[in-house]
Amino acid sequence: MNRLTPRISHNNIVILATLLLLIVLYGAGSVQYTGFFSLQVFLNLFIDNAYLIIVATGMAFVIISGGIDLSVASLVALVSMVSGDLFAHGANAGTVVAASLALGIAFGAGQGYLIYRFQLHPWIVTLAGMFLARGISFLISSESIVITNETYVKLSQHKIHVWGQNFVSVSVLIALAVVIAVLLVAKFTFFGRAVYAMGGNEKSAALMGLPIARTTVLVYTLSGFCSALGGIVFTLYTLSGYSLHLMGMEMEAIAACVIGGILLTGGFGYLIGPMLGVLCTGIIQTIIMFQGTLSSWWTKIAIGLLLFLFMALQRVIVMRKEKSRNPVSSMNSPNSENKIVNL
Amino acid sequence: MANLTASVRNIGRNPIIWPLLALALLMIFNLIAIPGFFSIEFHDGRLFGSVVDILKNASPLAIIALGMTLVIALEGIDISVGSVLAIAGAMGIFMLDGYPTWIAILAALGIGVLCGLWNGMLISILGIQPMVATLILLTIGRGIAQLITGGRIIDTTSASYTFLGKGYFLGLPIQAFLILIVFALLYVLKTRTAFGLFVESVGGSKTASRYAGIRPRSIMMISYAIVGACASVAGIIVSANLGSADANNAGLWIELDAILAVVIGGTSMRGGRFYLGGTVIGALFIQSLTTTIYSLGVPAESILLVKAIVVILVCLIQSEAFRKLFVPVGKKAIIE
Repeated sequence: MNRLTPRISHNNIVILATLLLLIVLYGAGSVQYTGFFSLQVFLNLFIDNAYLIIVATGMAFVIISGGIDLSVASLVALVSMVSGDLFAHGANAGTVVAASLALGIAFGAGQGYLIYRFQLHPWIVTLAGMFLARGISFLISSESIVITNETYVKLSQHKIHVWGQNFVSVSVLIALAVVIAVLLVAKFTFFGRAVYAMGGNEKSAALMGLPIARTTVLVYTLSGFCSALGGIVFTLYTLSGYSLHLMGMEMEAIAACVIGGILLTGGFGYLIGPMLGVLCTGIIQTIIMFQGTLSSWWTKIAIGLLLFLFMALQRVIVMRKEKSRNPVSSMNSPNSENKIVNL
Repeated sequence: MANLTASVRNIGRNPIIWPLLALALLMIFNLIAIPGFFSIEFHDGRLFGSVVDILKNASPLAIIALGMTLVIALEGIDISVGSVLAIAGAMGIFMLDGYPTWIAILAALGIGVLCGLWNGMLISILGIQPMVATLILLTIGRGIAQLITGGRIIDTTSASYTFLGKGYFLGLPIQAFLILIVFALLYVLKTRTAFGLFVESVGGSKTASRYAGIRPRSIMMISYAIVGACASVAGIIVSANLGSADANNAGLWIELDAILAVVIGGTSMRGGRFYLGGTVIGALFIQSLTTTIYSLGVPAESILLVKAIVVILVCLIQSEAFRKLFVPVGKKAIIE
């Protein structure tokens, strides 16, 4: 039993490191720049990154299941494009939202089906998905479409006051709802546990009788759904549809997952992590904005270095886990093994 | 009859036949649909025509894909090649300002190899997943390229440098020879040294190779360094062709095309055997597809759509589960 204490800290250490980093970065920014330490600056992090939080959370599920989804950014652009086009043809907001979500679900399910049914590499299938989604949005139009729909405009300008004059947008509430819902799904449903088991070891999961086919398709469907929802939120944020929106955002989503402690080999990670990862990169962007003289490419360099640090940290944890997994200890601590699987 | 089916199946099993078939089909389509596609003109000792253009424009992709074949054979991947291309191009043009051409080229190659070694170090020594390890350089790389260029698009007028991108030799664009040189070097490395065998062995099973006395770590380091070098050759070609280095846009998305070329060429993402010839054909196929779409007058935007459909089709054809759909179980039993 005395092994249990360090074991639990193994499981927590990345997420704690992320949290610590968040506080340090925010603290450093507050000390350095006047006006940085205000509630609105903090809330803006959520407002500006709501779509990324949603997309990264969906991506985290796929990564935990042992796969990858590269199509997310293109899907967001496609949703913004389809929304713009539908509005231009006089559709109402409800139809557009429903169509967007249906598109995301169908797209994700299709990718999941190809990956499972024909045993294709998720990398290649979602790469094709990425080309496909961008291609379709190019076909719709290569120009940017401005959205003037009343409901969307109203929604995007709606301010929900949190404290005094400080506010958040509707998108932030959607993002938080997604994070909470996904946390609950991962912890309390059969599907959630099956995803963790599958990511840990697909063969063992299959031998245990878990429905690998259904879970794979569902995981990619969930990611597609999250991308579509992220697309709606992003459309609300920019009020435009453009086929070149968010080029390369899939890598930002993956980076957020890594910084948030989702193990890229699958099977492990807290689903609150991606949100913390997104906030970390958001704070770096804000600091560079406040600094004023540094060019924007420093953001990329800083995020890359963070990625490296967190990957090295992940690696150390995996190595220590492998070391402690000698036959005696694994027999003695089945509970802690379960803990890894169940969060 | 049985002999005939067997020999047909043997040809079908040779992985290079599929990309070759695809390329041939595309060419036949071009022959019929686009008049003058194969016409080649001769001016001032140089050849001009669509086919020559394909050779010329495919060169960065083909060279990078050749390097990528090695790491994919090792069950790895390198998604940072586009960024390394940008870094090498920036380095080359930057060094031309004050140094002779050969030093600029060496510097560009050197920084590419350095990037490759960094990736190799992360993957083989720290044991990080290849895709993730190279993600770091993909993110940082363009930032580094921008540091080198100072955030501007820098250019050069050095004739000896731009020869590598615009020059002609024996009537053909210099790029065609560069593809040939890189291919020949890697082919000799594969067939005339033990290195090729080691790569296939490590790609097949790392553990088994280690027991057989091969050091997977050094094989991986060398392979990633080779990809880095290939990416910098591509970077030199691109920057020499334009006469300038654009840190933001040079080689954007080339990693995806390169992976596609390798997969079309018959090398499996699951590692093991690799086919350098197949990769070159795959790269030529992708470039021909692009050229075809342009010459057909189809809007350039639909190129992504066509690529997506081709990727899915090629992958499906390579998938065992998909082929079984079309070979009824009973019939197969009779053949065997």
